[in-house]
Amino acid sequence: MLSKRIIPCLDVRDGKTTKGIRFQENVDIGDPVDMARFYYEQGADEIVFYDITASHERRNIMIDVVRRVAETIFIPFSVGGGIRGVADMRAVLMAGAEKISVNSAAVREPEIIARGAEAFGCQCIVLGMDVKHVGVRPEIPSGYEVVIDGGRTAMGIDALAWARRAQELGAGEICLNSIDADGTRGGYELNLTALVSEHVTIPVIASGGAGKPEHLRDVLTEGRADAALIASMVHYGNFTISEIKAYLHGCGIRVRKTW
Amino acid sequence: MIAIIDYNAGNLASVARAVAHLGFACTVTADAGTIRAAERIIFPGVGAAGAAMDSLKRAGLDAVLVEQFAAGKPMLGICLGTQVIMGRSEENDTRCLGIVAGRVTAFPVRLRDADDRPLKIPHMGWNRIRVCVPHPLTAGIDSQDEFYFVHSYYPVPDEAARVMATTDYGIRFASVLGWRNLAATQFHLEKSGRPGLRMLANFCAWNPAV
Repeated sequence: MLSKRIIPCLDVRDGKTTKGIRFQENVDIGDPVDMARFYYEQGADEIVFYDITASHERRNIMIDVVRRVAETIFIPFSVGGGIRGVADMRAVLMAGAEKISVNSAAVREPEIIARGAEAFGCQCIVLGMDVKHVGVRPEIPSGYEVVIDGGRTAMGIDALAWARRAQELGAGEICLNSIDADGTRGGYELNLTALVSEHVTIPVIASGGAGKPEHLRDVLTEGRADAALIASMVHYGNFTISEIKAYLHGCGIRVRKTW
Repeated sequence: MIAIIDYNAGNLASVARAVAHLGFACTVTADAGTIRAAERIIFPGVGAAGAAMDSLKRAGLDAVLVEQFAAGKPMLGICLGTQVIMGRSEENDTRCLGIVAGRVTAFPVRLRDADDRPLKIPHMGWNRIRVCVPHPLTAGIDSQDEFYFVHSYYPVPDEAARVMATTDYGIRFASVLGWRNLAATQFHLEKSGRPGLRMLANFCAWNPAV
């Protein structure tokens, strides 16, 4: 049996993390390489980096970050944000990332998933999905709609249909973010996560809403997620990854306990 | 010097970085002379068996690997490398190197977990190994240690005695093989944290002649 994965997520702009983490020792660290090492040593099962660098010219800074992370940690990590085609994917993978994630670009041009999967294998391609609850409409039978540009643009596409389509195109995994739950720290969107997870055969990473270990327990059981993304609950030192894992283990959820 | 075989099958830099992190000299190479001169060989890979064998043959490396195994050089297979050392793979119906007699087969469809939920294929993520034959490669590895897997096919040696450890995922399959101077893992020990690095270090220090 596979262990459920706990995945910290770091937003990076111009080579620096946007939220410095405040550890229990009250030290702020804004260097993504140091933060990756910290989480690696704490037992993170994987790490996700989102590059939110606005200007395309400055993206080579991220490639350098990826290279330094790859020299420092020996677990898989993925990079998303601003990936527009196979050339961007290749640059990130060759710098040492295990996976790349595509989100808005794939909604606009779904073939990018197929081209990436063909060039590098399905296991490299993660579909990032931002989803909003809008209620059932004829074109949105599940009541969950795909949105892009950080939630600003609704696409008129049903989340379940898009998840299935992405799997058929060759996505190896889905990182499912609920726009409604994101930032609330009130828990993951369990209904959405379970719906998507049962609608596809590829692994689903739940994202958005994590505030305490009970939220991870719920999404990894009731929500049927294979992995849980966490951000502020560990960045600000409220919880450590080892504490979260100890809690989940105590709930009877299989997690990786030695690292 | 450790030669990491470069045959256009995925990102080999991560293996090289892990070996370098452990303090061993290595080079990623497709050059027969360099491979013959190396003290040991790591044969990694990600992708499909058919394309991998085509690339090995085009570069003439299939014969070099078989010859270097026969010469007794310590050799480590990782993931696709572990599948390509077998006799035949059902993936693309490919004839492989035949260093270990046996075949490579796909996970059966509709595998179920203990709660009768469908298991996802590829088998991707962290899983444990159960050591059945102690081998220098698995020295110091605990039964709770986990390793990072990404695969849809797995090796089935003809001789059960080649299986050093197994892993459970709906079925029980061979996750570590050992045969003379060859050791091979289905998982990515370069991406498996401390226990993976420990196994990689074990390989780098292994003297099969002793």
